[in-house]
Amino acid sequence: MTMKRRTLLALTLATSLTAPSLALAQSDPIKIGLLATFEGAFTVLGEDGERGAMTAVDEFGGEVAGHEIEIIKGSSDASPDSAVRAARKLVEQDGVEILIGPLSGDEGIAIKDFAKTHPEVTFLNGSSAAQDTTLRDPADNFYRFSTDGAQWMAGLGDYAYDEKGYRKVATVAEDYSFPYTQVFGFMAEFCKAGGTVPSKSWVPIGNKDYSSVIAAIPDDVDAIYVALGGADAVNFLSQYYDAGGQAPLLGGSITVDQTVLTAKGRMKDVLVGTPAAGPTADTNDSEAWKEFTAAYKKQDGAFPSPSLFAHAYYVNMKAALLALEEVDGELSDDQQAFRDALSSLEFETPTGKVSLDDNRNAVADMYLTEVTEAEDGTLVNELVKVTPQVNQTLGIDKEEFMALGAVSRENPSCP
Amino acid sequence: MSDISHPPRDGATPGKGWFESVGIGHLLLGFFLLVYPAMASDFFLTQIGGYSLILGMIALSLMLLAGYGGMVSLAQITVAGAAGYVVAIFGENNSGVYGFGWPWWVYGPLAILIASFASALIGWIAVRTEGIYTIMITLAVATACFYFAQQNYALFNGFPGYNGLRAPEVFGLNWRDPVPFYYLCLANAVVAYVAVLYGARSTFGLTLQAIRDNQRRMRSIGFDVTAHKVFAWWLAGLIAGAAGILLVWFNGRISPGTIAVGPSINILVIAIIGGLRHPIGPFLGAVIVTLMQTFAIDIIGAERFNTLIGMVFLVIVLISPDGILGLWERFKPRAGAEDWRSSLGTSAGKVENQGRKT
Repeated sequence: MTMKRRTLLALTLATSLTAPSLALAQSDPIKIGLLATFEGAFTVLGEDGERGAMTAVDEFGGEVAGHEIEIIKGSSDASPDSAVRAARKLVEQDGVEILIGPLSGDEGIAIKDFAKTHPEVTFLNGSSAAQDTTLRDPADNFYRFSTDGAQWMAGLGDYAYDEKGYRKVATVAEDYSFPYTQVFGFMAEFCKAGGTVPSKSWVPIGNKDYSSVIAAIPDDVDAIYVALGGADAVNFLSQYYDAGGQAPLLGGSITVDQTVLTAKGRMKDVLVGTPAAGPTADTNDSEAWKEFTAAYKKQDGAFPSPSLFAHAYYVNMKAALLALEEVDGELSDDQQAFRDALSSLEFETPTGKVSLDDNRNAVADMYLTEVTEAEDGTLVNELVKVTPQVNQTLGIDKEEFMALGAVSRENPSCP
Repeated sequence: MSDISHPPRDGATPGKGWFESVGIGHLLLGFFLLVYPAMASDFFLTQIGGYSLILGMIALSLMLLAGYGGMVSLAQITVAGAAGYVVAIFGENNSGVYGFGWPWWVYGPLAILIASFASALIGWIAVRTEGIYTIMITLAVATACFYFAQQNYALFNGFPGYNGLRAPEVFGLNWRDPVPFYYLCLANAVVAYVAVLYGARSTFGLTLQAIRDNQRRMRSIGFDVTAHKVFAWWLAGLIAGAAGILLVWFNGRISPGTIAVGPSINILVIAIIGGLRHPIGPFLGAVIVTLMQTFAIDIIGAERFNTLIGMVFLVIVLISPDGILGLWERFKPRAGAEDWRSSLGTSAGKVENQGRKT
């Protein structure tokens, strides 16, 4: 008897599974999936990415060419598996036609592979910035209007060598593809200028105890290049200075992002004066940036200034909407017209002109910044210099650049 | 002994036809599962159906240990992950590390074998402990394996893990296509389910349950308690290993995130939600958990969906400490409900009831 009841329960459950699939129907609104990290260590960053994307949607009044825009959210915990699972749900179950995301490096590489299995859907990057998402073995339907982590570093290596006079720099970075890309971007310039990097430390995401890492940093380095994000950056920096560390810092793009600058504690003394480079600068004076900041601040829970995640999601979402506008929301014929529009799209973002290269990766302006204390006591990234129109090969000839090899823990190297 | 008048739920009751021995419930369920692909979309076929069956198998291996052996393990996803990494290393991947490209009929059995021995090894360490200490030690093993995989590049390729793992093409079918993949998962799950159901009433199964209920008595009778327990771990490893292979074919990749502490607790949640009393429990739990984790974000939005998932699980466990199965037992129109609470109990008096606890 009991078995019967249990199986009946199973049957009821299983039957109810099939019902929702019948409810799928074609409708007029354009469905856009928004994939970001709404759980796990990067939740704060994911939520800011969402704010950025929604800023763009609000800018268009929630509709494009007469079609309502329906945003369907998917959540990952920054692991590639969960990103693919969320993307699969958005594409296969919710039937999104365009997917914006993901947020972090290895997720991007996984989503690129996933994109190949769904040629009927167009994928635009969120803020993931690993080099090989678009450089090697790219997917035809994956577009990145935000730039990669190596591009973000444009100008920093030269600045450290020429202006700051650093000759020997140690690096501390998280152990996955995005920080590899950042270190690569920094070292490409710094080593070319004549500097050396005698020690590179790779730490796992979410590491709490940095004492062994700190002990491994050579005493005679002029500065430490730190490419850590969120809580990792805060933990490392406080432990480094508690341990009596003296060396000045060079920041990766997310080390001194707003998500870190707004952290409580004695970060202020430590971070002021740290140069960094990235796709955004808080004290950017241009009208476009100010307008963007004002629009961004209308979102719930916004930071004093949009983080680069908000910026990247904004740029990608806006690119999708602009291209949709250009083709009047027409997504038939395997979205061919829409993709052509994307490929040839060139538009003014809050941070200058953006266009795509042959691999559908953005060419954009990069900002060299230095952390300063604003009048109201908050920390901001003061704009130092703009490096115009940085491409993915950092201005190096493409073949020569490819010969440098894929980024990894060992590559590049100039001890 | 009051419940002995009720026939065993299924299987070889002497003097009955095959139809009655299998049971009408199983037939209906089997029929439904067979025709499910005709009704469901590809998404519901693989992302819900296939994934639930895979998670259900991993949770089944936990149910086998916890329900029959009284050993709650948090390392079952680690065992599945071991099989997954074997597939990545000896099969094909596109991460540029290893990927020997062996055929599936070599790396498949090898993966299951290695996973089962990993499981036996974990079990061999864990059986020295009991109760909460088993949970602790298996949690420690799972956590250590996760961090090791994340930081070891020589063997596990660190944080990114292995990409581009593809299910093989056999008989002209790509086994990752929705319908073949669903049936592949179903076939594996049915084999594992029937094996556990049958095994629980075998001599070994009964001995294991007796050991669960009174280890000291069994030892003094002359049974090798440790050997029985370790063998149970090895069997659980076979199931988890097979599920691990399906899991990496399903995801197309494996990384330390697959075997992290979160997923390993997920397996425990699935087993508890479903119920540890009968092998169908883990599969029920897997369906519920998969549905919740997939659709909660649509119900309540991106900010609080994990809260909703947690609340639902909490409510299920609050209402029925024995999971979904216990819920049904509770509303069963007969007396004799007193013995179902004993599935993890150790009182000696329960031994005589074990004949029906299958």
